[in-house]
Amino acid sequence: MLKDKIAARIPTVRVEEGAALPTFVAEPGDYRALARLLRDDAETPFDYLVCLTGVDRGDTLGVVLLLESTGSGQRVFVQTGVAERERPVLPTVSDLWETANLNEREVYDYLGIRFAGHPDMRRLFLRNDWVGYPLRKDYKIDGAVNPVPLESDESPDVTTVYREDGSEETRALFDETDYVVNIGPQHPATHGVLRFRTALEGEIVKKVDVHCGYIHRGIEKMSESLAYPQILALTDRLDYLAAHQHRHALCLCLEEALQLEVPERVKYIRTIMDELNRLSSHLLFWSTLCMDLGALTAFFYGFRDREKVLDILEETTGGRLIQHYNVIGGVSADIHPNFTRRIKEFIRYLPPMLKEYDRVFTGNVIAQERMKGVGVLSREDAISFGVTGPSGRASGWACDVRKRRPYGVYDRVDFDEILFTEGDSFHRYLVRLKEIEESLHILEQLVDNIPPGEFAVKTKPVIKLPEGRFFKSVEGSRGEFGVYIESRGEKTPYRLKFRSTSFPLVSVVPHLARGSKIADLIAIGGTLDYIVPDIDR
Amino acid sequence: MFDFSIITRWIDQLLRGVMPDAAATVVECVLIGLALLLGYAVIALALIYVERKVCAWFQCRLGPNRVGPFGLLQSVADMIKMLIKEIIEIKHVDKFLFGLAPYIVIIASVTAFACLPFGRGLQVLDFNVGIFFLIAVSSIGIVGILLAGWASNNKYSLIGAMRSGAQMISYELSIGLSILTMVVLSGTLQVSGIVEGQVDGWYLFKGHLPAVIAFVVYLVAGTAETNRGPFDLPEADSELTAGYHTEYSGMHFGFFYLAEYLNMFIVAGVAATLFLGGWMPLHVPGWAGFNEVMDYIPSIAWFFGKVGVMIFVIMWFKWTFPRLRIDQLLRLEWKYLLPINLLNLLLMVIVVVYKLHF
Repeated sequence: MLKDKIAARIPTVRVEEGAALPTFVAEPGDYRALARLLRDDAETPFDYLVCLTGVDRGDTLGVVLLLESTGSGQRVFVQTGVAERERPVLPTVSDLWETANLNEREVYDYLGIRFAGHPDMRRLFLRNDWVGYPLRKDYKIDGAVNPVPLESDESPDVTTVYREDGSEETRALFDETDYVVNIGPQHPATHGVLRFRTALEGEIVKKVDVHCGYIHRGIEKMSESLAYPQILALTDRLDYLAAHQHRHALCLCLEEALQLEVPERVKYIRTIMDELNRLSSHLLFWSTLCMDLGALTAFFYGFRDREKVLDILEETTGGRLIQHYNVIGGVSADIHPNFTRRIKEFIRYLPPMLKEYDRVFTGNVIAQERMKGVGVLSREDAISFGVTGPSGRASGWACDVRKRRPYGVYDRVDFDEILFTEGDSFHRYLVRLKEIEESLHILEQLVDNIPPGEFAVKTKPVIKLPEGRFFKSVEGSRGEFGVYIESRGEKTPYRLKFRSTSFPLVSVVPHLARGSKIADLIAIGGTLDYIVPDIDR
Repeated sequence: MFDFSIITRWIDQLLRGVMPDAAATVVECVLIGLALLLGYAVIALALIYVERKVCAWFQCRLGPNRVGPFGLLQSVADMIKMLIKEIIEIKHVDKFLFGLAPYIVIIASVTAFACLPFGRGLQVLDFNVGIFFLIAVSSIGIVGILLAGWASNNKYSLIGAMRSGAQMISYELSIGLSILTMVVLSGTLQVSGIVEGQVDGWYLFKGHLPAVIAFVVYLVAGTAETNRGPFDLPEADSELTAGYHTEYSGMHFGFFYLAEYLNMFIVAGVAATLFLGGWMPLHVPGWAGFNEVMDYIPSIAWFFGKVGVMIFVIMWFKWTFPRLRIDQLLRLEWKYLLPINLLNLLLMVIVVVYKLHF
């Protein structure tokens, strides 16, 4: 047993049996040893860091890791914290899981915890001149301390590395002779306000430094002062192409915590909506990727077809991009009478269009040359970086939440999890095209079988979550989207963290782009298909 | 078939009748210059309109349809806007070179434009090394593009200019060699001589296999030479925003824009001249009646018709294919097009020496 093994090796670790998952609580001194032990465990190596959350518990500042063993699917929480508030230091785990790199920078940004041994301890989302750490509970929102800045933020060319013994070292980000080009924040291929500082050698990319935060809205901070039904409105604004799926995740998490059983009809409707959302997202992916690679006509074809999905969504939910349809205990309105008919029409309409896509782009020799062998991501790296969704499946990692932790009615429908082992841009592209077909297949099975019944159950006017920690994830359009809630039994969450799908995708860009051409950087970014508001949150 | 030299000779005699010879020459030069610039501008506007309509049809859209009937006046309105727009002065640029670059581009393009045979007797520059002169002046444009990228003090512009330099110098070879192949067949460098040589059939048919190969190579290299998709790397908008002309505004940008479209016209015009007989109607040896009917269509219509078809093909490329990467672009030229071209030249020499052509 895992618990016995840990008790034998690191006796100071406490085990808290939570509602669903066990939590290992470690002292800061043992935290790294525990993390290493879990990752290198022979039977169930916890190789996937799902979610790294920084929490201010009042007496301690700490982090919570949610780890998964991709082989068995077992999940555990690991928790640690320091009492020191002036200069809190925790050991880093960024060398164990690559995805911890940016996540620890996020924690540093929000809570001021310095991670000893982290190679690049800079702020990530907030400005460099921001005073204080907003997710600390003693942080006061004050316009006098942090006025609205009228000057642009200088990006320093150096970073700081903290050591266990408290010393610091300053490191340069780029060489003196590097030709550094800003790709973004205003750039057509970054699909939003994201910035890559790219060191070039001629056409070859030497290094990419990711700058986030241009669209940071502090959604996690806002959530701490909002009631649960109010928070629902924010989920749609994370990844606007997976609005429905993200809201679904939060609803599932809350319903599980409240032990609320939703009617069958709701499950069907939610599943159908999720798939429609996935279709619209993948069609947009296809369009924008073609545009990034210079095939402008293809862009219009994709948008022409995506329009039809949006029309279906609009009729029932009233929204085209931002849906606001899921509510706690159901959905906000019953489906439109045209809903099933139009879906059936669409299922007939799309397959010939997909053939056209193949003729226009997939089969094109230039398109294949541009994508094949470009930005190859190995399975190990995909897991280490936490690259889930179609991008992870192109590398051979079976990470589909719909298959591994079914929700909605996914356990009752027949669909294939598209897997490739090549891991290059072309297969990331293919996975999405094939997933469009699978989504149609899922819709086909569901659309005629929506059971009658209520579209929502009654909930209390004031929703209070029981004390504890809850995590629930769904398969978003571009990966595993999770909601982590720490509740102290109040009507607002104590800490709410969204496990973003795009954040790991953008963290892997420097790794994939190193040594490739500028044009490859665009192809890699295009096939990873990140959405910037989901990164910045 | 109507010969435009009747009109030009009449104007010449008229002028010489009322003023001394030297003054007449000056007036003629000014008139020709004005006519050229006017033709240049009108063709550019027409091409911009056509491109927008063609691309709209490819993309299931309508294209310009608000200004004038069928949006015909849209590009005129755009031109007026471009003319009255402020030319923004950018800090830290090399002002002289920054200002000079668009003029070099436009001058190269206008001079090359002047070499085209628009119709029977309707050609400005026609001398014994005409086609060689055309290649030479059209290559000057690359200097303007490099200067624009260098003087802009913008990293994107510089990358775009360097790409453009590598690309144009490479593809110049293919253009030159495929033109040389056709010169071997025609036996003259004079543009009018090349056109006259096709009176009994276009070179594309007369030169059969080597001519067809040269035509395909020319079409690919010509598209690359004009920086159009799928070879639009110098201004790859999804990579370099706008490449070498990122920092230009107003009419300075307008010059680059005009030159881009006119270069497309020139490339199509040269293709039409070398392979499709220029203004020469479609003649089939032995079909006297058919040839006579063909002669009723004015030569200028033949020329613009052929150029139109070529331009449509080039536009078709752009709106269908994705963009190449720089290494793929150079590989295509140096590893495929250049060896094919050299062999093809040899093949053409054999064809001509042993009189295997029609």
